[in-house]
Amino acid sequence: MSKGFNKKAFIKTLALLLAFSVVQLLIRFNIISYYYQDILARVCINIILAVSLNLITGFTGQFSLGHAGFMSIGAYTCALIIERVPTVYGFIAGVILGALLAAFAGFLVGLPTLRLKGDYLAIATLGLSEIIRILFINLDSITNGAAGLYLQRRFVNWFWLYLFTVSTVVLISNFVRSSHGRACISIREDEIAAEAVGINTTKYKVIAFMIGSFFAGVAGAVYASYNYFIEPNLFNFSKSIDILVVVVLGGLGSISGSIMAATVLELISSFLQSVAAIRMVLYAVLLILIMLFRPGGLMGSRELSVAMLTELRKKAIAWLKAMPARAVHAVRSIAKGSGKPGDKSAGKGRVDG
Amino acid sequence: MKLLEVKKLTKSFGGLMAVSNVSMVIDKGELVGLIGPNGAGKTTVFNLITGMYSPSSGTITLFDGEQGKPIQGQKPNKICNAGVARTFQNIRLFRDLTVLDNVRIAMHRSVKYRLLSCFVHSPGYRSEEQRIIDESIELLKIFNLDGKKDELARNLPYGEQRHLEIARALASRPKLLLLDEPAAGMNPAETAQLSEIIRKVRKLFNLTILLIEHDMSLVMKICERIYVLDFGSVIANGSPDEIKSNERVITAYLGEDAIDA
Ligand SMILES: Nc1ncnc2c1ncn2[C@@H]1O[C@H](COP(=O)(O)OP(=O)(O)O)[C@@H](O)[C@H]1O
Ligand SMILES: [Mg+2]
Repeated sequence: MSKGFNKKAFIKTLALLLAFSVVQLLIRFNIISYYYQDILARVCINIILAVSLNLITGFTGQFSLGHAGFMSIGAYTCALIIERVPTVYGFIAGVILGALLAAFAGFLVGLPTLRLKGDYLAIATLGLSEIIRILFINLDSITNGAAGLYLQRRFVNWFWLYLFTVSTVVLISNFVRSSHGRACISIREDEIAAEAVGINTTKYKVIAFMIGSFFAGVAGAVYASYNYFIEPNLFNFSKSIDILVVVVLGGLGSISGSIMAATVLELISSFLQSVAAIRMVLYAVLLILIMLFRPGGLMGSRELSVAMLTELRKKAIAWLKAMPARAVHAVRSIAKGSGKPGDKSAGKGRVDG
Repeated sequence: MKLLEVKKLTKSFGGLMAVSNVSMVIDKGELVGLIGPNGAGKTTVFNLITGMYSPSSGTITLFDGEQGKPIQGQKPNKICNAGVARTFQNIRLFRDLTVLDNVRIAMHRSVKYRLLSCFVHSPGYRSEEQRIIDESIELLKIFNLDGKKDELARNLPYGEQRHLEIARALASRPKLLLLDEPAAGMNPAETAQLSEIIRKVRKLFNLTILLIEHDMSLVMKICERIYVLDFGSVIANGSPDEIKSNERVITAYLGEDAIDA
């Protein structure tokens, strides 16, 4: 028993439970208002979407523009089940079945399209998600077509949001750190070399698509129950792009990057909801800035870690300590009027670092 | 005892016969050289054996004891799992991954846990991951790379990248190892070190090796038998001494020199 006991895992679990309880209490005592609860829910759903797409696009390197399509399968499945079984059991069944159906769609999509690469794969996934959307519009005897579906009751609360978000993050991080996950990563790095060392690249692309779609289905199911209402056009091309932007901004191949980007972007768009124009501009500026200064995304393919934070702290302290000296130097060189050579070398140093 | 038999192997790219009617046999435990002027079709032979290309015609048979199995036209990962590993003329490491990860990925074939158990890291899973790490480090030690296991492959000096690629190939525990110009770009000292390593791993892993190399001193020193390719065809086959004095080989190489000059 003592050998199987994992201190790190224990602390992590404790921290997760603590985070849940604190927010739960804050909600109970109305310190987190409805408005903020709404933002919280959107952040959670965005995290599930981004992390699951990151598995496909960031870790496995398969460019997908169809994530909203898989999401919609989860959403419609769950909504249709809740309509018939309006209990929490119906909701749970809806999430599970929705996720499984989305994974199955991922499998169907995966097999024939994964022979395609890069742009062609992106176009194929886009086409398939459009087909799914148009199916939902035209199956109006079941889906009520373009008018959408209304749900009477909401089953999603902070407990479910937290459970599904944390599960997604934990399960996908566990996967990418396993040998099967490394097989996916090797495809992104060099497909020919991956095959040469014995990786069945087709199999792992399909697996990545299936797992990614599974969790997109979870996100869709949670979204449907949270939002009371779904319609096919909620899951269009631009929704897929939104998810992709989060993944790219956070860093392809960084789960913590996806979590941070999903949170920040959701906060930005929530707070600027009333000024939609500014929001779009800010969004675009943010994208351009990140692409200019951090082309690999916020985190690159690294994960946020204690070591990284310590490193950052050290750098910050060193920078602050050097402040007076730098200031003195700057003042002197201005006084001397010979600031130029010094400036030049400083500028050079920055480019290299 | 035969390990690999290639019969009348032909590969054409459009009108170009890159490999034409090549037959060769490699016995278990042999270290065989494959030489020839640039563009002779050596790398294409490797690509055919490892399934990167399908042959236009001909057969490739891999033996397991007496039992022969045709492997031509199969997918590269299948052929690797059947026991054939390779390196590339232009190094193809997973450049943005660590040295350890490069080797670990190639051990995938031997991993025992199932897909589902990697979502929840069970004790069985963890001990298997530890085994993978231990064995990878064991392998890296042979190449003196264990101290650099956490560095990115791209940051290794050129010679060490070549070593890492061999280590990665060995991680899949092959019976037959194909090395495509492993000494390219190395200085004499590095080449000497490389030939030592090839000798060592050959013994250690009970390997059969097919080696493409331009460095004649290396080839003549370590190979027991040599095939010479020219314009896609085998023009000679024999011991290093026989090859050195073979007239067709001399003309093939001198001819190339004459063009170069
Ligand atoms: N994928 C390919 N498409 C077209 N031609 C190729 C291809 N691969 C190799 N070749 C041609 O086949 C010939 C043999 O090439 P290669 O096997 O690389 O020679 P070597 O390794 O002996 O230098 C060359 O003329 C080369 O241009
Ligand atoms: Mg070559």
